[in-house]
Amino acid sequence: MSTRIFGSGIKRREDPRLITGEARYTDDIKLPGVLHMAVVRSPYAHANIVSIDSAAAEAMDGVVAVFTGDDIDLAGMPTAWLIPDSDLKTPEHPALAKGKVRYVGDGVAIVLADDRYRAQDAADAVVVDYEELPAVIDPEAAAQAGAPLIHDDVEGNIAFRWAPFDKEASDAVFEAADVVVSERILQQRLLPTAMETRAAMAQYNAATQELTLWCTSQNPHIHRFIISAVTGLNENKVRVIAPEVGGGFGSKIPCYPDEALVSWAAMKLGVPVKWAETRSENYQVTIHGRDHVQHVQMAASSEGKILGVRATVYAGMGGYLSTAAPGIPTILHGLLYVGPYTIDSVYCESIGVMTNGAPTDAYRGAGRPEATFLLERMVDNVAREIGMDPAEVRRKNLIPAFEDGYDVAAGLTYDSGDYPAAFEKALNMAGYDDFRQAQAEALAAGRYLGIGVTAYTEMCGLGPSQVAGAVGFQGGLWESATVRVTPTGKVQALIGASPHGQGSETTLAQIIAEELGFPVEDIEVVHGDTTETPMGWGTYGSRTTPVTGAALAKASQKLKDKARALAAHLMEASVDDIEYADGSFSVKGSPDQAQSIQEVALMAHLAWNMPEGMDPGFEESQFYDPPNFVYPFGTHIAIVEVDAATGVIDLQRYIAVDDCGPQINPEIVAGQIHGGVVQGVAQALCEGAIYSDDGQLLTGTMQDYCMPKADMFPNFELGETVTPSPHHPIGVKGVGETGTIASTPTVYNAVLDALAPLGVEQIDMPLTSAKVWGAIQAARQ
Amino acid sequence: MQVSITVNGVERQADVDPRTLLVHFLRETLDLTGTKIGCDTSQCGACTVHLDGKVLKSCTLLAVQADGCEVGTIEGLAAGGEHHPMQSAFWENHGLQCGYCTPGMIMASAAFVRDNPGASEAEIRHYLEGNICRCTGYHNIVKAVKQVADAAAAP
Repeated sequence: MSTRIFGSGIKRREDPRLITGEARYTDDIKLPGVLHMAVVRSPYAHANIVSIDSAAAEAMDGVVAVFTGDDIDLAGMPTAWLIPDSDLKTPEHPALAKGKVRYVGDGVAIVLADDRYRAQDAADAVVVDYEELPAVIDPEAAAQAGAPLIHDDVEGNIAFRWAPFDKEASDAVFEAADVVVSERILQQRLLPTAMETRAAMAQYNAATQELTLWCTSQNPHIHRFIISAVTGLNENKVRVIAPEVGGGFGSKIPCYPDEALVSWAAMKLGVPVKWAETRSENYQVTIHGRDHVQHVQMAASSEGKILGVRATVYAGMGGYLSTAAPGIPTILHGLLYVGPYTIDSVYCESIGVMTNGAPTDAYRGAGRPEATFLLERMVDNVAREIGMDPAEVRRKNLIPAFEDGYDVAAGLTYDSGDYPAAFEKALNMAGYDDFRQAQAEALAAGRYLGIGVTAYTEMCGLGPSQVAGAVGFQGGLWESATVRVTPTGKVQALIGASPHGQGSETTLAQIIAEELGFPVEDIEVVHGDTTETPMGWGTYGSRTTPVTGAALAKASQKLKDKARALAAHLMEASVDDIEYADGSFSVKGSPDQAQSIQEVALMAHLAWNMPEGMDPGFEESQFYDPPNFVYPFGTHIAIVEVDAATGVIDLQRYIAVDDCGPQINPEIVAGQIHGGVVQGVAQALCEGAIYSDDGQLLTGTMQDYCMPKADMFPNFELGETVTPSPHHPIGVKGVGETGTIASTPTVYNAVLDALAPLGVEQIDMPLTSAKVWGAIQAARQ
Repeated sequence: MQVSITVNGVERQADVDPRTLLVHFLRETLDLTGTKIGCDTSQCGACTVHLDGKVLKSCTLLAVQADGCEVGTIEGLAAGGEHHPMQSAFWENHGLQCGYCTPGMIMASAAFVRDNPGASEAEIRHYLEGNICRCTGYHNIVKAVKQVADAAAAP
């Protein structure tokens, strides 16, 4: 090879099937005799179920059965992140509600019919008599005395209270500080909106007691674990297949009642059962993200040195605790309060509150965007308070460059970083100083320009299993992989993780190609089937490249060692005399004598002439448990203009400098950043799930929920720095969430910078033109 | 009701429930599952096909309304096994990630560029408002469409 495959922006291996419509997502898979399941869902946010009459539905054409909560003998849906020292309560979550519903969309009954239209018709014909109860949506309100009680066994609706830091020490810092700024920050509910809604299909063989579940999962092995637990089937009799999956963003991590119900129905009825979510259902019942009410303060010196940050967070959990929900506003949030700065004092009290909204859980970034936003917002507030440019405040507080470990006050050890380098690069790309000049001139002409700067670091590549255990995650966080080479020298890489759009079939193949010299087109990455692939904990938390990638790199290195020894034997040379380059092993000093990796693979399979003690075959497996998280970082900058007459925001430029270590495929890295940025910007500008006070979802369709569109954005300007992770076999860090983590405060602060001359200091997200206009009017009065 | 619809050049006849949406006819009756469903309010564009050469969200039409029409889907876009230039451009420019919006994006963009060779970036962004992607941030989709639009306008 003349060009290194590692670092090359090659076209994706997965695309041919996707651009031709040949890829098969869950709802594209057909089984003969399948029944379609529709779920009767609660129209009330909080109500007692008085009675259910399914007679009319059962009599309809094509209807095979109707079941209610009393018919279902599944164990409750488990919560799998049991954070310690928080007095955590895990209320019962039945797959179908029993006696009471707790949010709009809570399942009450299921209908099985021979056609999806007929199933939905019959679901509409099930008559449920409800006794409506008072509902509460706002998490801070739900935590107050006198709020409607959602679960009898969750007193005061408080599911947990997590406050691991030293409060007295924090209070002392704040009391002594020159400057303390405060803000109540609303992290609104967001709808993850993977373009493929969820779907599930189950088939059961009563003779062998084997269940196959096709479903939209980011982690089929976790789904197998949970489906086994709730159905009572042995785990080795459950096969979970995540076929093509159309995006997840966290929303396909949890195991939902619907997946348990199709499994149960297929077992009960002895025929395959399929369920496909509508978008309206998806918005009602698939997890939501964020939903924090945060009371935040930052302490600083009058010279702009940040001394401490503290927050009380009311985190809405919704009607039930979803699979990983308690870990999101706690472990993945409060431990990030230092950010990229030299902040010596942090305090976080995070209160998980049951509400009558849909359950919340991990949504792209998961806790870290909420931490980065509050930090970056408060840094801008400090800058305003002391009359210093916000970029200068950041510059004064950035942690200096470090290569191998940096302990921060929140208890983490960052792996590596050069925050000042990324920061200055971004400022140069933006022409920051020139912009301030242009901004002043524009203001004189009556135009309102603004700039927002975010410096960030984040914790991803989840993570060391020992840490997972210490923080109550009910699983490991390692990955495993097998590199299997066929006799003809073609590669199957079997991985336990389950990518769903990230391009991992390409980047992981590039890692193997780099290590072993096989052409990338000869490498297939196999994933998403618990029977075909080794154990793994899934694709989320920007972990597949760092964790699975490390497993594959190490498995490849083991194969290379075997190949070197076999090649030496075949060429009757000493192993020490074997040289490797570009997939070929040769004897030092006699370059004519060489064995290609393919020839070695064949000879390993034939095993006609093996060295003493070497086993046949050409396949290696590797488990990899990372010694630490990885910490990508960077600086993002947005430039906006606000039309003061209408409140309309024009996002004119967006600059992102990110450092995820060495880039395996720069095109794919850029794609992750583009998509993440748009998702984060959309939180700042347009997205927000809105419930009425009585718990009706007012943004229940794509007509009402404002998804970002192509015409809202400029072309993005990307830059990078490269700081390898010291503890990773190939130095790489994750990049799946950085865009989302950095972009929300960047654009928010840019808009507030533009509005500063008008006296506007705070607006709750999203910054719709109506809200911006209203804030301008209010400030003028 | 009996319908006769020419899909990707092949006449297909079927007896359909009159309320069947064209997208369900394609996906369920004909098993042409390349056409996707991403919403239930005609916002997302994942179900975009060509109806008598025009762009159509196939969730907005009943199959019976397409009786006698010609429908083109993503499965029929590659002529003679060669990718359509829009398919190639999406691949070359990393214009897709999870791939779910991609068939609709490609069908919409292919017709747009056919009718608007040389379209500007702003025109492309405006046109794509009817197709929603959650993964790519649109950046590379716009780049792909622009590449084909520029090529279509080249002398």
